[in-house]
Amino acid sequence: MSGLSYTAPSTISEAVSLLANASGLAKVLSGGTDLLVQMKSGRLKPALIVDTKKIPGMIGIREIDGAFVIGAATSGALMGEHAGLVAAWPGVVEATNLIGSTQVQGRASLAGNLCNASPGADSPPAMIAAGAIAVIAGPAGTREVPVEAIVTAPGRTSLAKGEFITEFRLPKKPARSGDAYLRFIPRTEMDIAVVGCAIAVTLDANGVCIAAKVALGAVAPTQLVVAGAAAALIGNKLTDAVLAKLDAECQAVCKPITDKRGTIEYRTKVAGVLARRVAAIAFQRAGA
Amino acid sequence: MSKTHVTTTINGEPAEFLAEAGLSLLDALRDEVGLTGTKEGCGSGDCGACSVIVDDRLVCACLVLAVEAEGATIQTIEGVATGDTLHPLQRKFIEHAALQCGFCTPGFLVAAKSLLEKNNNPTETEVRFWLAGNLCRCTGYDKIVRAVMDAAAEMRGA
Ligand SMILES: Cc1cc2nc3c(=O)[nH]c(=O)nc-3n(C[C@H](O)[C@H](O)[C@H](O)COP(=O)(O)OP(=O)(O)OC[C@H]3O[C@@H](n4cnc5c(N)ncnc54)[C@H](O)[C@@H]3O)c2cc1C
Ligand code: FES
Ligand code: FES
Repeated sequence: MSGLSYTAPSTISEAVSLLANASGLAKVLSGGTDLLVQMKSGRLKPALIVDTKKIPGMIGIREIDGAFVIGAATSGALMGEHAGLVAAWPGVVEATNLIGSTQVQGRASLAGNLCNASPGADSPPAMIAAGAIAVIAGPAGTREVPVEAIVTAPGRTSLAKGEFITEFRLPKKPARSGDAYLRFIPRTEMDIAVVGCAIAVTLDANGVCIAAKVALGAVAPTQLVVAGAAAALIGNKLTDAVLAKLDAECQAVCKPITDKRGTIEYRTKVAGVLARRVAAIAFQRAGA
Repeated sequence: MSKTHVTTTINGEPAEFLAEAGLSLLDALRDEVGLTGTKEGCGSGDCGACSVIVDDRLVCACLVLAVEAEGATIQTIEGVATGDTLHPLQRKFIEHAALQCGFCTPGFLVAAKSLLEKNNNPTETEVRFWLAGNLCRCTGYDKIVRAVMDAAAEMRGA
């Protein structure tokens, strides 16, 4: 690891210029639970590590008029301890808290989970379903994009050189709304998703779905937003026919691979089953 | 390569060391500070043998850079006993025979201590989930869980 430098700037603009002007590979460090593993294995040999955790705002959760701002490097443990966030967006928190062990939770962040760009990452589907926005700082200033616009392929993101995520914004949860995330793994803990599914819904006073967003993980090179599945829910209650349509719409978009955790056929089938279960939890949390 | 001077507090005492950028906190504790109680089982976050508490947060020392520890307060297994007096967790591990080779034990003790500081009356399920990131190839876990439950009961004065 010779030739590696480490820096911990205290402002966003300093971090941007360090990243933008680096001559070799420059990597942002949040919790390091992906980055340090990849460096240790020799898969990644950065010349510069920019630790953003000393920048004010990168760690912490703020509630503003019912909406939430989550610093990009905030750990899963901190999110799980934030009663307001747990109450408003339980699906986002349960997805984030599934990452690794207690020890990993002490460090693992939303930004790292997203920007590592693994198809099986747990928090991105939940963030997408919840309508989360990523705030990106860079040489050209600040821009805001939906979370689903960040990952472009396994290990790749749409961030340009010099850019990094400073925070995530979760909207104020509308009345009668609920979100949920489930993943399927062969064990009960410490494994990577075979399939992950997140759903957020809003119901009207009669329990009819008026807004929905469905996202799948681990069944394609990137997380998928399943518009057909959302359409199956909107205008309806969770009847058997609606669940069957939801299941079919989710299966139809899957483009998984076969690996040691599951075959294409298995992952596709599980995506439909999980969507049914997640929808039931989301509707129940919305008050159905 | 230039080294960074890192100033920390370890087990209540000021501690300083020099670290190259890529050095893990685990290697710094073991090789620079001489605290070899913290073990390396995997180096990749999977086994928990390197568990330490940094600023009140349980983490894997193998997944923290030593230079990140500037200004941090660190607790390791060496700080669990008070002088010659064992911590209740340590006594209960011995009583329940919750160790065989002992390689995983420092990590389990530090992790269990951090659990009991947050929750002095955990259920068995809570103990098992909290310790899911600590691997033991010898004991089968049952004795470890019983030792932690028993230590918690004793510490509550039950
Ligand atoms: C034992 C173990 C178990 C795990 N289990 C799971 C699991 O169950 N589910 C799961 O999804 N993941 C799991 N992971 C992977 C990992 O813990 C998560 O992906 C975690 O959320 C990464 O966050 P981090 O803050 O540690 O990222 P880091 O390692 O700091 O960064 C990861 C990547 O994101 C980039 N990055 C970090 N911050 C930013 C930013 N602000 N802007 C732009 N880019 C950034 C880094 O440059 C790097 O490329 C596990 C890892 C370990 C070691
Ligand atoms: S050595 Fe750190 S988790 Fe195994
Ligand atoms: S006692 Fe040997 S690994 Fe746990």
